[in-house]
Amino acid sequence: MSIPLAWYLVLAAALFCIGLYGVLSRKNAIAILLCIELMLNAVNINLVAFWRYQNPAQMAGQAFAVIVFAVAAAEVAVGLALIISVYRRRKTVVADEINLMKW
Amino acid sequence: MTFWNNPINFIGYWLNSILTGWHLPAAIARVLLYVIGIIVLILFAMTLDIGLVWVERKVVARFQDRLGPNRIGPFGLIQPIADIIKMVIKEDITPDGADKIIYNIAPVLAATSVIVLWAILPLASTIYGVDLNVGLLFIVAAGALGTLAIIMAGWSSNNKYALLGAFRMVSNMISYEIPMVIILLIPTILANTMSVRGITQAQSGMWFAILSPLALLIFLISAIAELGRSPFDLNEAESEIVAGFHIEYTGMKFGWFYAGELLHAFTFGGFIAILFFGGYGGFFGLEKLAALAWLNIPFVQALVFIAKAMFGYWVIMWIKYSVPRIRIDHMLAFNWKFLVPLSLVVLVNTAILNKILIVLPNWLYVLGMFASNIVIGYVTVEILRSYGRNQRKAEKLPDSHAQTQEQTV
Amino acid sequence: MTAEQIIFLLFAALVLVSALMVVIVRNLLHAALWLVVSLFGVAVLYAILQANFLAVVQVVVYIGAIAILFIFAVMLTRREAMEKGRQTRNNWWIPAMLGLLILTGLVVLIFNFPNVEQTAAALPVGLDTLQALGIALVSPDAYVLPFEVASVLMLAALVGAVYVATVDKK
Repeated sequence: MSIPLAWYLVLAAALFCIGLYGVLSRKNAIAILLCIELMLNAVNINLVAFWRYQNPAQMAGQAFAVIVFAVAAAEVAVGLALIISVYRRRKTVVADEINLMKW
Repeated sequence: MTFWNNPINFIGYWLNSILTGWHLPAAIARVLLYVIGIIVLILFAMTLDIGLVWVERKVVARFQDRLGPNRIGPFGLIQPIADIIKMVIKEDITPDGADKIIYNIAPVLAATSVIVLWAILPLASTIYGVDLNVGLLFIVAAGALGTLAIIMAGWSSNNKYALLGAFRMVSNMISYEIPMVIILLIPTILANTMSVRGITQAQSGMWFAILSPLALLIFLISAIAELGRSPFDLNEAESEIVAGFHIEYTGMKFGWFYAGELLHAFTFGGFIAILFFGGYGGFFGLEKLAALAWLNIPFVQALVFIAKAMFGYWVIMWIKYSVPRIRIDHMLAFNWKFLVPLSLVVLVNTAILNKILIVLPNWLYVLGMFASNIVIGYVTVEILRSYGRNQRKAEKLPDSHAQTQEQTV
Repeated sequence: MTAEQIIFLLFAALVLVSALMVVIVRNLLHAALWLVVSLFGVAVLYAILQANFLAVVQVVVYIGAIAILFIFAVMLTRREAMEKGRQTRNNWWIPAMLGLLILTGLVVLIFNFPNVEQTAAALPVGLDTLQALGIALVSPDAYVLPFEVASVLMLAALVGAVYVATVDKK
């Protein structure tokens, strides 16, 4: 192992910021969900890097990452079901046009 | 370490000494050796694939009471070479509205997802690519890559039949992954490890097919569904949907799909051999006798493994060419309403009995596990029979009802 | 520059470049496929970190399930008119500035963290990470409660998704 911890953390930060840019700037609701996945992956890289570099005998980092996997899968399933249901009624997935609750 | 005991490491050390003799730094020599090893493994898998084309065509011919290819070469052995030449010289068409990059990557990804499985397949106790300690999950991961390739192929062909076929195939594959993953836990429980080599070594006493025949059956069914072969091949049935997701592929791109499918079937035959029939070993402890010590030579083990894999492949072909195909909604209902609960029951049963019976002598353990599987199988058949009986009764009643109504009106 | 560092830099570049393509590309299906490439790069990074169970689970769960879900959703909600023209909002430079600011802040924060240039110690001999993870997830004085809560969450998500996406039979 010859890779400093800083490299993993900077990579995770960059991935997180790219995901953040995507979430805030894309119009299509499904594209927003795609970028949320990027952010979740960045968080996971952070967790696993800290697990490996601080105390590999203590499994908290990996257990946390496994729970994040589960939460991400559940969120994507429900999110996409919601988007498809909205598409059936409103015939659109552009986030700006789903504005029924705006006054 | 001699050549006969450990051929791959022996050749590796010899090449390494040559390369460092040429004054290459050690790290680069190691990387170069890894690359050479990967190329040799891929070449072996693809050469086996060429042989499988011949095996498939001869076996299907014999099942259908005809001879099969027998003109080109003795017994038609050169037929696959003729097939390859035909595919290479065919015109390479890309449909008009197709997404060119995805269209061209899909067959490569489909074949890659199969070849990648050969990295963990142990041909002998010392001939294997790598010994991952999560080998069984790696099988599922490679299946996931194959699923992606199919949906890429179906979408980028710009053809509604291709898209329909791809949707059906992908929903089939991801549905049947669930009983497969649950059943893959059973060799893990029985062998205490997920590594493929560890599971093979744990079967030196007793095959897992005898300890858990229901697991073998469910794995066989899920494997056939994952492969997309008959009876689960509504995805690419010629009479229904005109070849499904690979309609628009011609020439060598179709060749990649075809060769990938055959190699995938053989690889799953290999995994059935490893997970349930003892893989390259599994001689019930006979190889410890001095007279049968030659069973431990890696090359003999490799031959034993290939023979067992061929047997598994033959069973898959036997089912393909004997059974009619199943409708897509029946396929999915069969999976979700029957296979998943059954595999969960088998898993729980194996886990509990493994802990309880492990203290008993070996023959009682084997008998107990085998008997529990028979009991579960019997109960399942009884439940299915009563369900079928109720269905038949329910179908009779409305008819007699309608008849009395017609008479009164 | 050891071989490991070169491999890390290669795959880190792959992850970042494909993530950029996800947020830039117009065709939504291509964006989903670039996400697959990015997730595969992340799986390789897990393998370099010697978390091989997580690497394989990343491929199985993210690429084999979540990415396929995304591709299906993209195919089911496709309108030709939606894919011409800009795919980003009019004031896209605000999120870009925000992203760069947060990245700078995070990098500064990272390099102020103590011991951040250390390289990893070798794994303790005899530590079977797979077995330790399994024990940690089901042991009562480790993480069995979050594990069970996560499974209840997935059951809720399963029921919810099936209910929300069901077509009403009139």
